Amino acid sequence: MKILLVFAALVAATCSEQLFVGDQVLRITASDEEQITLLRLLDEQEELQVDFWRHPTTPGHPADLRVPFSSLQAVKVFLESNGISYSIMIEDVQELVDEEKKAMMKSRRTERSTSTFNFASYHTIDEIYNWMDTLVDDHPSLVSKIQIGQSYENRPLYVLKFSTGGSNRPAIWLDTGIHSREWITQATGIWTANKIAEAYGQDPSITAILDSMDIFFEIVTNPDGFAFTHSSNRMWRKTRSINVGSSCVGVDPNRNWDAGFGGSGASSNPCSETYHGPYAHSEREVKAIVDFIRGHGNVKSVISIHSYSQMLLFPYGYKTAPAPHHQELNELAKKAVSDLAAVYGTKYTYGSIIDTIYRADGTTVDWAYDNGVKYSFTFELRDTGRYGFLLPSTQTIPTATKTWPALLDIMVHILEHPY
Amino acid sequence: AAMELPPSHYPASRAAALAAAYVCYRRGSAGRGLALRALGRAGRQDIDGVGHKYHLELVLEDVLNEDSTVNCTAEVLYHLGNKNIAPDVQFTLEGELKNTDEADQIFYNRIKSLEKELVAENIPDSHGNVPPEMEPVRLLAWAASGYVIWQNSTENTKFQLAQIKQVKQVKRSDKYLEFDYMILLHEMVSQEIIPWQMRVLWHPQHGVQVTQESRQPKHPWE
Repeated sequence: MKILLVFAALVAATCSEQLFVGDQVLRITASDEEQITLLRLLDEQEELQVDFWRHPTTPGHPADLRVPFSSLQAVKVFLESNGISYSIMIEDVQELVDEEKKAMMKSRRTERSTSTFNFASYHTIDEIYNWMDTLVDDHPSLVSKIQIGQSYENRPLYVLKFSTGGSNRPAIWLDTGIHSREWITQATGIWTANKIAEAYGQDPSITAILDSMDIFFEIVTNPDGFAFTHSSNRMWRKTRSINVGSSCVGVDPNRNWDAGFGGSGASSNPCSETYHGPYAHSEREVKAIVDFIRGHGNVKSVISIHSYSQMLLFPYGYKTAPAPHHQELNELAKKAVSDLAAVYGTKYTYGSIIDTIYRADGTTVDWAYDNGVKYSFTFELRDTGRYGFLLPSTQTIPTATKTWPALLDIMVHILEHPY
Repeated sequence: AAMELPPSHYPASRAAALAAAYVCYRRGSAGRGLALRALGRAGRQDIDGVGHKYHLELVLEDVLNEDSTVNCTAEVLYHLGNKNIAPDVQFTLEGELKNTDEADQIFYNRIKSLEKELVAENIPDSHGNVPPEMEPVRLLAWAASGYVIWQNSTENTKFQLAQIKQVKQVKRSDKYLEFDYMILLHEMVSQEIIPWQMRVLWHPQHGVQVTQESRQPKHPWE
């Protein structure tokens, strides 16, 4: 009801008219059928211009009536002289309209500033893209936004660049949301990007890192899938590319990379959640990152963030043979996980993908590792199955806060072990 | 042949998930849900002609009160070859679980006194919210899904209850409560989201029974 009122008020406001000053809304309870009839008569008196928000139907059930200021006295006299009981529900309708307009504008305004963005709730793709712009506006000398390509459905693929200068500095790549149903990851990405921007100049570790290295952060890595989880199917994982000759849509973007591509750790069935696609890098979302990292030439780490299972993983997923740097990656994972598990219940396991979770072919981190990016890790964030993909939004800030020290450990290690 | 297994590696963690699901089925109710908190030691024994037997030391937690944990030892035997036989699971809990008679009875009375049969959808919703009055409905599904998971698990699967798509209470004239659930199971290895229908019978003194369950087809457009 209030929504209709506000809409009407806004329509009126566009004509610069204040329609409801001094108007009141009365709650009227007719005690018998005769009183119901009298109230209907009231409605028929055109010059009174009363407006029933809730019509009188049966005795004992309340009716709500907006009465213009000019008719107030006449209506009240009518009700009282007929013994019809009423109370004043809204003392001044215009005041209420003004308050609501203010609240709506305030909420829109506050969302436009990063200091009041609600990190504890899940957001739509438009809200996230808008927030990215405000982050850049708030930290213009540190953060910029670049576009590395377009999704299958032509959505822009945006990457936030954190840089204090230099030319083609060694870089760390972070991505979240490659599997669109893993909503905690995009949410953690937003918080973390904000944290990086705020912590520069305050936190010694991140300051040291950004003084020598750049960070590239793709938060909505699979925008088509993400939009689909909002509009149609919350459990959608893959891209939204059409598969020729199949009624099933989408390719698993974490099986589409050219590392062990097409093996048994992925599916050749387009209807499958782990469908690898017709060929490696067939997906625009994947190709864009491949081209970016290859073109950059100085990326030292790829950290791809997923959920759920609470794990910190490193190559390989496509073969059982340990990666040449297995020991170093394992030690680093062990340290990062110990800084993550500061509170019980946040216990993470760690190890290579193929040992810890399953065989997976064509993954992001395996491709990165095989292309010279030594520090390639996959996070699987909260939880371990109780909510799974449907993690309550109240857990976004604790998840991001607790993951931060682990991310820092990895980034500091990279800074201290240049290669 | 018997060997120790690293608890962080998937063979042990899949067996542990199955054991936890089974315990939840056997001990769960409208007032109690149990989840796997941690896996301690794990071992596997390959028995010729029979199958693979896992020995597990688990820590389970009460989902309603995460401070409350209980230690559990379990044995899971996956039968060789025949995929139609559910794994054998045996377990022992160390110590007592919190008594839920009161919470169970409150929920039972509440549902029994409803004028219209309960109907609900999307628990949790997209944002992970569960209305407090739906929590017992969810815990019953959690326990019942433990049965479905147990019956359908192999060494190559790891199931979790992802969501209740719909629940409809079935009218009964006897003392039992009956619910028809359409749930989504997430199977970790294939990453599939599998719709599953199950009929669940419950009474505070009689535990959870799944009288009928069937896997549902997934639509290609989903």
